[in-house]
Amino acid sequence: MSVLAVLEQSGGQWHRTSWETLAASQQLAAALGQPVEAAVIGTGIHVLAAEASARKLAKVWAIEHDLLDVYTADGYTAALEQLLRKAQPSLVLFPHTYQVRDFAPKLATRFSQVLVSDVIAARSDGGALTLVRQYFQGKLNGDVKVTGDGPVFASLQAGAWRADALENGPTAATVETFVPELSAAQIRQKPEPPFREAARAVDLTQAGIIVSVGRGIKEQANIAVVEDLARALGAELAASRPICDAGWLPMERQVGSSGQTVAPKMYVAVGISGAIQHLVGMKGAKTIVAINKDPNAPIFEVADYGIVGDLFEVVPALAEAARKAKG
Amino acid sequence: MKILVAIKQVPLRDSPLHANAAGKWIDDGGLSFEVNEPDAYALEAGLQLKEQHGGEVVVLCAGPERAGQTIREALAKGADRAIHIAADNLEALDTLGSAKLLAAAAETEKADLILTGLQSDDVGAGQTGVVMAELLGMPHSTIIMHAEVKAGGIRVKRELENGWFQHIEMPLPAVLTIQSGSSKLRYATLMGIKKAKTKEVRRLTPAELGGLPAAVASIEKIYTPRKNKQTQIFEGDAKTAAAQLIEKLKFEARVI
Ligand SMILES: Cc1cc2nc3c(=O)[nH]c(=O)nc-3n(C[C@H](O)[C@H](O)[C@H](O)COP(=O)(O)OP(=O)(O)OC[C@H]3O[C@@H](n4cnc5c(N)ncnc54)[C@H](O)[C@@H]3O)c2cc1C
Ligand SMILES: Nc1ncnc2c1ncn2[C@@H]1O[C@H](COP(=O)(O)O)[C@@H](O)[C@H]1O
Repeated sequence: MSVLAVLEQSGGQWHRTSWETLAASQQLAAALGQPVEAAVIGTGIHVLAAEASARKLAKVWAIEHDLLDVYTADGYTAALEQLLRKAQPSLVLFPHTYQVRDFAPKLATRFSQVLVSDVIAARSDGGALTLVRQYFQGKLNGDVKVTGDGPVFASLQAGAWRADALENGPTAATVETFVPELSAAQIRQKPEPPFREAARAVDLTQAGIIVSVGRGIKEQANIAVVEDLARALGAELAASRPICDAGWLPMERQVGSSGQTVAPKMYVAVGISGAIQHLVGMKGAKTIVAINKDPNAPIFEVADYGIVGDLFEVVPALAEAARKAKG
Repeated sequence: MKILVAIKQVPLRDSPLHANAAGKWIDDGGLSFEVNEPDAYALEAGLQLKEQHGGEVVVLCAGPERAGQTIREALAKGADRAIHIAADNLEALDTLGSAKLLAAAAETEKADLILTGLQSDDVGAGQTGVVMAELLGMPHSTIIMHAEVKAGGIRVKRELENGWFQHIEMPLPAVLTIQSGSSKLRYATLMGIKKAKTKEVRRLTPAELGGLPAAVASIEKIYTPRKNKQTQIFEGDAKTAAAQLIEKLKFEARVI
């Protein structure tokens, strides 16, 4: 029995949330009284495996195969299934990345289990594990219990555990190379190299103040209201994803996991609920202001200042007050 | 080409949400419902592929009686027919359980392509389609923005993190989970709404699909999260609140 952290890398670069997952694994393993192991997957990953082995853990599995050079759902699932049958962990933790979303549910199904996804907290009451995840886009939390045979599978929300809590080991842990049996025929997805769309003309990462608009704005024509506040504050205009999807503002102004990650001096969220995919793109802002008619909107979980009210009344008043304050 | 689109009915966005008496799910009495947003995009993708390649779009929905309304709306937009797995309390199932029901129903159709939304607004597991693919032995890909049928398979544009994308090819039949915003949604026409009334909705019960699977993961308790952060909230009318906030931003946070 062990807690296994499945770390993510691509092209020899760690996904930054891998270390959060390892930190969480160390903490839960301590609570469960079990050793921590980690798995790294790819081709030529001994350098990464060695780096991971400096952390406080019992073992690093280097899952090596030529067919694992680029990620595929079929390849990763088959390789990890074989490792899990050998290593027999009681708990398998992943970072909740787009890649993990793509294969971990399939892997869990092979063990007649469910991936408890996007977990924000976990506790062990005498060995019985409770996993906390969000429902209704963060408006409610739920405590989840997992039964059944086979390991418990959970993916962890970015930022829910801190990477700086990671402990280093007194000596380097053993690295064991695991070569899964894979054949090219078994991998049905044929991936092409990643690409970006046209270069971004707007660099929100350089903005000192950002005023960001969400679906609370209702119609494209109303965006002028928020634009005026941005002007009054000398801010760049940004948006949540649905606004850019609708074509009301260009894609390059989208903030969040599939848009830009920003950390301005001040971020003003107007009519944005605060779904995690938006929060990951802006919670590093120094001061966060939220304007929302719903006092329970998850955006208030990260806001320093807030006004609960109708943005169509509040935003013009703010613009006026800002102009006055600036003189 | 036969395309199956899984759609889920969820509470209207911005619904007031409260735990039910058992504390294990929400009290949905008095709420209004709509189609899960990404599922509307999955339907749109299915309808567009049918327009290009011919064939049929079949809507697949597991939910209580009221889900019939959402199914009719999908038929009005142009789906050819529907399968309604009619059951209450589906929230007691876990993702594996509901995927088993959906996959068992899909099995009877022998579809070339199964589309789901990438994530539901209520449960938000983001995995039903992937689990269905595994149960049905099909390849899959997730967070799809675009799909193009090619000789011997399908080529998709998959969203990666931080503004990156990737094309992937795979053979059919396959399962894709569709991202919101992948194309413009169509509206139902008057004609469509009329026609929808005559379209076939095949009803299946969990019993006909092998019974309700037991859950391995279950919600013990659902609740409003306790706030960890101290947010200074400004009350009063808009003008007063705005003035107070700007003052704080100027003199306390010093960002103006
Ligand atoms: C894989 C994936 C990637 C994603 N990537 C991103 C991303 O990069 N960026 C992103 O933003 N989202 C992303 N999303 C979508 C995300 O999950 C949310 O759906 C989205 O952020 C919601 O946008 P919103 O807050 O504007 O809309 P909603 O959630 O609809 O919120 C609207 C808010 O406006 C408030 N409101 C309504 N009317 C008023 C009024 N008159 N006055 C004041 N307040 C009002 C409501 O109370 C509500 O809180 C992604 C989702 C997935 C699954
Ligand atoms: N009860 C259901 N009926 C039909 N489709 C569903 C159901 N539950 C989930 N789905 C599909 O699976 C997708 C992902 O849901 P989830 O895994 O809960 O995030 C949804 O967008 C739907 O397309």
